[in-house]
Amino acid sequence: MSATACKLREPLVDGHKSCRDVSEDVCRIAEGSPTRLWYAGLAASSTALAVGAFLVFHQVWTGIGVWGLNKTVGWSWDITNFVFWVGIGHAGTLISAILFLFRQKWRTSINRSAEAMTIFAVMCAGVFPLIHMGRPWLAYWVMPYPNPMGPLWVNFRSPLLWDVFAISTYFAISAVFWYFGLLPDLATMRERASGVRRRVLAAASLGWDGSHRTWQHYETVYLLLAGLATPLVFSVHTIVSFDFATSVIPGWHTTIFPPYFVCGAIFSGFAMVLTLMLIARKAVRLEAYITLRHVDAMCKVILLTSMIVGLAYGTELFTAWYSGNPYEQFAFLNRIRGPYKAYYWTMVFCNVVVPQLFWSARVRRSVPAVFTMSLLVNVGMWMERFVIITTSLHRDYLPSSWRMYHPTFVEVGTFVGSFGLFFTLFFLFCRFLPMVAMSEVKGVLDHGRH
Amino acid sequence: MAGTKLVVGRWDGPDTVLAAARAARAAGYSCRDAYTPFPVHGMDAALGLEPSWLGKACLGFALAGLTGALGFQFWVSVFDWPMNVGGKSFSASPALIPVAFELTVLCAGLGTVATFLVFRGLSPARRPELEGLGATDDRFLLAFAPEAGAEAGLKAFLLEHGARDVRELEAPR
Repeated sequence: MSATACKLREPLVDGHKSCRDVSEDVCRIAEGSPTRLWYAGLAASSTALAVGAFLVFHQVWTGIGVWGLNKTVGWSWDITNFVFWVGIGHAGTLISAILFLFRQKWRTSINRSAEAMTIFAVMCAGVFPLIHMGRPWLAYWVMPYPNPMGPLWVNFRSPLLWDVFAISTYFAISAVFWYFGLLPDLATMRERASGVRRRVLAAASLGWDGSHRTWQHYETVYLLLAGLATPLVFSVHTIVSFDFATSVIPGWHTTIFPPYFVCGAIFSGFAMVLTLMLIARKAVRLEAYITLRHVDAMCKVILLTSMIVGLAYGTELFTAWYSGNPYEQFAFLNRIRGPYKAYYWTMVFCNVVVPQLFWSARVRRSVPAVFTMSLLVNVGMWMERFVIITTSLHRDYLPSSWRMYHPTFVEVGTFVGSFGLFFTLFFLFCRFLPMVAMSEVKGVLDHGRH
Repeated sequence: MAGTKLVVGRWDGPDTVLAAARAARAAGYSCRDAYTPFPVHGMDAALGLEPSWLGKACLGFALAGLTGALGFQFWVSVFDWPMNVGGKSFSASPALIPVAFELTVLCAGLGTVATFLVFRGLSPARRPELEGLGATDDRFLLAFAPEAGAEAGLKAFLLEHGARDVRELEAPR
C-alpha cells in the first residue's frame, strides 16, 4: 500500500494503518482491562438505570396515576420519550444501510457503533409504551394470536397497532443486520483469544473462516438487508407520525407529519451519534479511525436535516394560517405564545438556529463546538416532540377542559432511567464487542492513499 | 479426483492474491476456495463462481410475507371479526398496507439470513476451516486440492506467483 496521501481525497483512516494494525487497535479495547473512564461511565449509567428501574417498579405497583397526566393531557412525557428514542435510532440505520447503498465508504468506521446505538435506542423506546400499558405483563395482547375469547383480534386499522409491527420489525431487522455484520469481526477476535473466551467467540462467530464462497453470499445478503432496511427506516417514523396524523386533534392532523418526522429523526439521530462518537473516540483512543473527516461529514448531514426541519416548522405555520381553520390557527398560535412558548422557542433555537454554525468548516472540525451543538440538537428535538404532543392536547376544542400538564418526579426519573439503560448497554458494547467494523475498514484502507 | 491433501498459499495483500488466483485459473489449477479478511473484489471470477442466488430467495420470502400479511388481515377484517367503524367498508385495503409492508420486510430479512446460514453451514458448532493461518486478520489464502502427485508443481507455481509461504495440510471434511 502506498503511503503517499492523495491531495484530492483524504484517507478514511489516519496513520497509515495496515490490516494487522486494525485488528490490533480494535481488539485491544475488548482484550485489555477497561480504563477508569469506562468504570466511571458504567457506574454513572447503571445508577441512572437503577433509579429508572425502581421508578418503573413503583409505577407498575401503584398504577400510572403517579404520572402527571390528566383527562385532557393523556399523552405527554411517555410518548415524547418514545418518539425521541425511536428517532435516535434512525441515524444508525441511515449510516449502516442508506450510506452503504450510496457507497459512502466513510461510514465503515462508525457504522458498527451507530447500529448498536439503534438497537439500544429502540429498546429504550419500547419501554415507554410497555409501562404506559399499566399492566406490562399483558403486553402480548398487542399481538394477534389465537385466543379463546371468541373471534377476537387486534384492530388492524389502528395506527397504534401499525406501530407495534413497525417497531418490532425495526428492532428485529436492526438486530439481525448488526449481528450479521459482526460475524467476521467475532472470528477475528476468536483467533486472538484462548480458553473460555475463545469457546464463546467460536460459538458466536458461527464458525466464520473468511472463505470467499461464504463472503460472496454474505455480501449479497448484506446488500439485501441494506435494501430492506432503507424503506424500513422511512416506514417506521412515518408510522410513528400516523399515531398523531390520523387523529382529529388540531396540531396533529396534518399531512406533513411523515416526512417531517423522518427528517427530524435523522437529525436527532446524527446528533446522538456525534455525542457518542466524540466520547468514544477519546475514551478508547480511536481517533485514527473516527477522524475529523467523519465528524465533518456528520455535521453536514445535521445541517441539511436541520434546514428541512426548519422548513417544516415554517410550512406548518403557513398551512395553519392558509387553512383559515380557527382551531388549527389557535393550536399554532398557542404553541408560539401560549404557556409552553419557552419549549417552542428553545426548539427553534436548538434545531434551526444553532446548526447554522455548521456552515463554517472550522466549527465542523472543532470537537468541543460539535459536542456542545450535538447536545443542544438533542435537547431541541426532545422539545419538538413535547411541543407537538402536549401543546396540541392541553387546549383542545372545549375551553372548559383546558388543563396544564406538569411532569412528576416519576416521569422525570423514568426518562433519566432510559438514558441509564442506553448508556449502560453502550458501555458494555464498547467493552466486549468490536466497536469498529474491522473487516469493512480493512477493505477501505487504500482509500485516498494512491 | 481431488486428493485428501490441501495445498495452501499465503499472500500479504488483496492485489497479489487476486493476481495469483487468476494465474492459477489460467494455468488450469482448480482453486478450492480463497480465505481473506475482507471480500476481495474480482475473486468471484478468479474462482469461477456463479452469482449468488440469495436475491431470488429474498424475493420469495418477501412475497410470502406480503401475501401472508394481506391474506391474514383480510380474513380477520372481513370474515372472522368484521368491525363496523363508522360504516366503512370491511375490506378497506389502505389500512392493511402498513402491517403488510412491515411483515414483508421482516420475512424477507429473517428468511434470507436464515437461508444463508443454512446454505453455508454456519452454526455455533461449526469448526472454521484453515484456522490459525491469519485469514481473519491480515493474510490472504488460496487453498487447492490437487490430484496426488501434482503437489510439488503447484507449490512451485504458487511461490512463483508471490506466495509468502505454501504449506500442505489435511483436507477438512
